[in-house]
Amino acid sequence: MNFEAIKELIDQHFPGAIKDSQADVLQPWLYIGREDLQQVAIFLRDHGPLSFDYLSLLSGVDLGKEKDELEVVYHLYSLLYEHGIVLRTRTSKSELEAIPTVSHIWKAADWHEREAYDMLGIPFEGHPDLRRILMPEDWEGFPLRKDYTSAESYHNIKIDY
Amino acid sequence: MGLLDTKTGQGKIVLTKVDDLLNWARLSSLWPMGFGLACCAIEMMATNASHYDLDRLGVFPRPSPRQSDVMIIAGTVTFKMADRIRRLYEQMPEPRYVISMGSCSNCGGPYWEHGYHVVKGVDRIIPVDVYVPGCPPRPEALIGGILKLQEKIRQESLLIPDMPKENPPTS
Repeated sequence: MNFEAIKELIDQHFPGAIKDSQADVLQPWLYIGREDLQQVAIFLRDHGPLSFDYLSLLSGVDLGKEKDELEVVYHLYSLLYEHGIVLRTRTSKSELEAIPTVSHIWKAADWHEREAYDMLGIPFEGHPDLRRILMPEDWEGFPLRKDYTSAESYHNIKIDY
Repeated sequence: MGLLDTKTGQGKIVLTKVDDLLNWARLSSLWPMGFGLACCAIEMMATNASHYDLDRLGVFPRPSPRQSDVMIIAGTVTFKMADRIRRLYEQMPEPRYVISMGSCSNCGGPYWEHGYHVVKGVDRIIPVDVYVPGCPPRPEALIGGILKLQEKIRQESLLIPDMPKENPPTS
């Protein structure tokens, strides 16, 4: 199924869920509002002609110092029909409204969401075990935030060169 | 050292200094702790394997810090790993030695500026005896480091402990 058809199908079932989209790029994407994300995700996985049974990647993005936004990008793929799609959703850095988890929809999202939380501090609502995955548990700050600055030391070891 | 491979006469007596005997024993069986942190560990494993055969120098990796004489820091030391490394080092019996293998553990390597997660040199957490440069060092370089450490051990003495040459300031 091509991108336009998928988009139309989602639009039929969830009117207004698609806030924005772009088709003329290498990986066409749909911007989905936080509140509709979970329903759309379940639909994409379970609806027969779509069958997005594989979450290739879930990544977090800091959209820069000027913008007050954090983004989560979902790369979906159907092993059955060999089609893919990209979903994007956002939250604000200052408010940090939680993004609904998809870890119960695709198991792979579990650690990916933990990494996005670890590196960027994106909260995922409903995640079964949301704690740091790479950094030590007592680490302060989220290292991939654009405004991140290293602390002076960690456990009495100087951090900077 | 040539302690046992030279003919010692008919009396079946070996005359040597205690220092030499101890040092010879120590430097001839440097057992490193068998652990690696990053890509340098691949090179360390290659050095241990048949092609370079570290066993001919008496170097034989041990699975426990309590059986180890030398710790080869082979790879990037992250802050998360730093506490573990310090603890493992403290579990090793004395005398213990440390070889820092590769740029990462020498000084932070490619992570020296933006590596928020990398300790800028393992000598910030434990004392290092020999630094082996390289990214990663070739097996020959690691063997060079081990020979350097042997040379260092050969100079040790029971009578003169390892003390700073100059007197520390009295004030």
